[in-house]
Amino acid sequence: MSATRMQMLSSRSVRLLSRGRNEMLAGRSGAQRPGGDPRTRSLTCPPLSSSSSPGRALSSLSATRRGLPKEKMSENGIMSRAKVLTIDTMNPTVKKVEYAVRGPIVQRAVELERELSEGMKKPFAEVIRANIGDAHAMGQQPITFFRQVLALCSYPELLSDSTFPEDTKSRACRILQSCGGNSMGSYSASQGIDSVRQDVASYIVRRDGGVPCDPNNIYLTTGASDGIMTMLKLLVCGEGTTRTGVMIPIPQYPLYSAALAELGAVQINYFLNEEKCWSLDITELQRAVNEARQHCNPRALCIINPGNPTGQVQSRQCIEDVIRFAAKERLFLMADEVYQDNVYAEGCQFHSFKKVLFEMEPEYAETVELASFHSTSKCYMGECGFRGGYMEIINMDDEVKDQLTKLLSVRLCPPVPGQALMDLVVNPPQPGEPSYDTFIKERTATLSALAEKAKLTEQVLNTVQGISCNPVQGAMYSFPRITIPEKAIKEATEKGQQPDMFYCMKMLEETGICLVPGSGFGQKDGTYHFRMTILPPTDKLKILLNKVKEFHQRFIQQYS
Amino acid sequence: FGSNHCQYVQERGTTMSMKQLEYGALASRANQIKEELRKGVRRHYKEVIDVSWGDSHRAGVKPLTFVRQVLAACVYPPLINSNNLPLDVRQRAQKQLGTCAGGSVGKGYASGVSEIIHSISEFIKRRDGGIPSQPENIYISAGSQWSIGNILHVLVNSEASPKTGVLIPVPCHITTAVSITGLGAVTVPYYLSEEQAWALQVEELQRALESAKGVCNPVALYVINPGNPTGYVQSRKSVQEVIRFASEKGLFLLVDEVYQDSVYGENSEFVSYKRALSEMGPPFSGTVELASFHSVSKGFLGECGLRSGYVELVNLDPAVMNYIQTLFSKDSSSPVLGQIALDLMTDPPKPGDPSYPLYNQVGTLELYLLRTSQHYVNLPGLSCPPIGGGFYAFVRLHLTPKSIQKSKELGLQPDTFYCMKLLEEGGVLTTPGCEYGQKEGTYHIRYNTQIEYYLSKEEKLKIDYYMQMLTLVLGS
Repeated sequence: MSATRMQMLSSRSVRLLSRGRNEMLAGRSGAQRPGGDPRTRSLTCPPLSSSSSPGRALSSLSATRRGLPKEKMSENGIMSRAKVLTIDTMNPTVKKVEYAVRGPIVQRAVELERELSEGMKKPFAEVIRANIGDAHAMGQQPITFFRQVLALCSYPELLSDSTFPEDTKSRACRILQSCGGNSMGSYSASQGIDSVRQDVASYIVRRDGGVPCDPNNIYLTTGASDGIMTMLKLLVCGEGTTRTGVMIPIPQYPLYSAALAELGAVQINYFLNEEKCWSLDITELQRAVNEARQHCNPRALCIINPGNPTGQVQSRQCIEDVIRFAAKERLFLMADEVYQDNVYAEGCQFHSFKKVLFEMEPEYAETVELASFHSTSKCYMGECGFRGGYMEIINMDDEVKDQLTKLLSVRLCPPVPGQALMDLVVNPPQPGEPSYDTFIKERTATLSALAEKAKLTEQVLNTVQGISCNPVQGAMYSFPRITIPEKAIKEATEKGQQPDMFYCMKMLEETGICLVPGSGFGQKDGTYHFRMTILPPTDKLKILLNKVKEFHQRFIQQYS
Repeated sequence: FGSNHCQYVQERGTTMSMKQLEYGALASRANQIKEELRKGVRRHYKEVIDVSWGDSHRAGVKPLTFVRQVLAACVYPPLINSNNLPLDVRQRAQKQLGTCAGGSVGKGYASGVSEIIHSISEFIKRRDGGIPSQPENIYISAGSQWSIGNILHVLVNSEASPKTGVLIPVPCHITTAVSITGLGAVTVPYYLSEEQAWALQVEELQRALESAKGVCNPVALYVINPGNPTGYVQSRKSVQEVIRFASEKGLFLLVDEVYQDSVYGENSEFVSYKRALSEMGPPFSGTVELASFHSVSKGFLGECGLRSGYVELVNLDPAVMNYIQTLFSKDSSSPVLGQIALDLMTDPPKPGDPSYPLYNQVGTLELYLLRTSQHYVNLPGLSCPPIGGGFYAFVRLHLTPKSIQKSKELGLQPDTFYCMKLLEEGGVLTTPGCEYGQKEGTYHIRYNTQIEYYLSKEEKLKIDYYMQMLTLVLGS
């Protein structure tokens, strides 16, 4: 086996071929290193489990091989076998993965839709999916310019079709020229197409008022969630009290808890302050990290701004405080900024972590490690189906960057149509170009409708006794607090359900409205919430809100 | 690193330290040369011919018109009313949009729309001569490597001691090996037999399994059929032997069947593991656990940029299936355009449809691939067993001790040295065998044979000339 190949295969498996068994075992125990002591950087090389996870006790090697099927005799006398993969032998971390946004409520919603289509009588005519932030499923119209360019890229023969504006054609040509074989069907580099990364960098410079951005720090991803998962994979290591802990807000977007469970990382909750419009308190971050240090090694702090499901928009001051805190506690910052264009409330403005960081003193600007995530799925685009996204990585160790590229290369490359769309999002039509007017008209219409719906939702919900809703400053959801009577709590507990799950399930059965219970996102003990998107068209949203109102009143009456 | 470096790294995966990856040096050099050529530097050739990728469109294969027309109409629905597109394309786009909520491809859906999954299960059933395929056992993902990663994630217990082991072929493309080690498992190599046209031999599986004793706990066997990079296509008998072996040894079968539509060798036939398993009957058919992977990236679609593939799972514990469902839905969704391509691949135009004649022209490429496979056997210094399928030729270089010595002095693997020379002097970019693993003392190159279909006769002769000349020069 050649030397290069030896590097590529697991070093252990190669030793297997080239050395005696005892020597190999010695080599394995020698590879042991304690994981996760914070050094100058919170993320240093090598973080992957293949290279950094400690070898195990030698004694266990002579023990019975775990996970092998037990052979058993079948009735007809032929040796048959038990399954290789069972609940007992499967990766235990996978068992902990839950995903509330697509949980039992959604399953029931699907069943109800089927029952309705089979003609079964229900107290409602249709199921309204207000559970997920999928704009197009809610009737939001795609941006014409984006779709025209993507259609041209898909079937370039349309370039001779006179109904497509000239600027869509020139943009399509530019994208196709940067694709292998001039086709979106070719693989791109695993970090993403060069010209797209350059356009993303220019966008960030414009967005952040001239703060520089290096295209080499831009990684295109399969939606933001892929980027978040990849970064977490790089960060998680260690065992026992050195196991990586990751701080996440509560309430949180369940992608985080699911990812941490899947990776076997320790979830460190910090609570957002509902009384102060879901704002982030540094004292609460401090409390959370202090407590966590007793049992794990906190290495990362996740921030969702604008918030999901809570809709708050962080002030510049708050971001600065968070950065100082991250520096002091040596935490890698992960800024989920996918709702950056969804800011509605007066006096609120989106500040990127990158900008704030670069405008701080060099001791912060040059050291604090940051990953910022964005995607094509939210904002005025709402194109979830294309799985476009990027992350910008700041102050990361060069060797870790190599590992990151390796992790990304396992998926070969992000979907090329998603990359093309990301390019259009960061580089939209300019004044004077044929598509400009329509583009601005469509974007403004979508964003102003969202602003109006954010306000409407807050107003209507706050008229209901027993529901209180913070202002929806940004993002796409309201996360109102609901009062659930003791009697209902008791009934839910008897059923083995969370009280707000019980509430939402009942709402679904009676009204056809599909919401996500607050327990799926995490909430302070004894408080109950639900998440509802503000995406339905205004007239439909009004009806929806009224139905929620009526249901809540009925529910209170029934259980008091 | 320059981005172009990454561009090549991405297909073959990367080593623990990418700086040491020899192919990286080759790829960067290729980019330098391309840049020089653009600036007018004179060489024997006007452009670099890149045959290092498993990427049809990059190699010059044109996307299928029907597929691209439907995708364009789905992306921009006003085209559905346009007379510029054939009727069946417009109807198909209408139908595809009907399966998307909100009638938009911008809508995401988790682990596949039921209509598309249904098309896939019908496709599998047709392929396997009527053996049923259950839609609930099929999951769509953003490419087959994504599915492989998810299934490995369920199989590999990163905290287990000894570590989980997975048997992998050598030579093998690197991506899956990186996934396996990345999850904290150990790869256990089994060597394919070059003497027998890269056949997979059960005795070798046995040896590999023995070698893992006391080192790791092998739970799965990874097979690539048709092979990458070897082009070996397993016979029905060979597939049956592997299934028996997996059954006897308690191994989960991970079968990469992405080249199933590219089988063209004489007497070669693609027999899916699913079919062979089912036809073997009890006790095998009801017990051996199997994951079969396929995608839109290869075959006649070659749409690797869309990132779409599926896995069919057979004989899995229903309790485990629940967790697999959660894993696939956590990925949010795979790209919708890719899912539509998957639907078009598995439910193509039928005879009588306006798009059928054009769609049906896919056979010509295969004929050419067949001719290529026989080509290099007769060139001095090179040998290549007949290729059964896949996209590649994995050509053996018979290098002399002297040239091997020379490469080592330069700090390069002998086959990397050869590739470097071929690039410098012939303008052809291939990948060295050391990237895939090979028996000690043997040297190879891999290249994508599809591109030759699109090269002129002069270009082809030129490649032949350089490949030949190099072995002679390097061998002297």
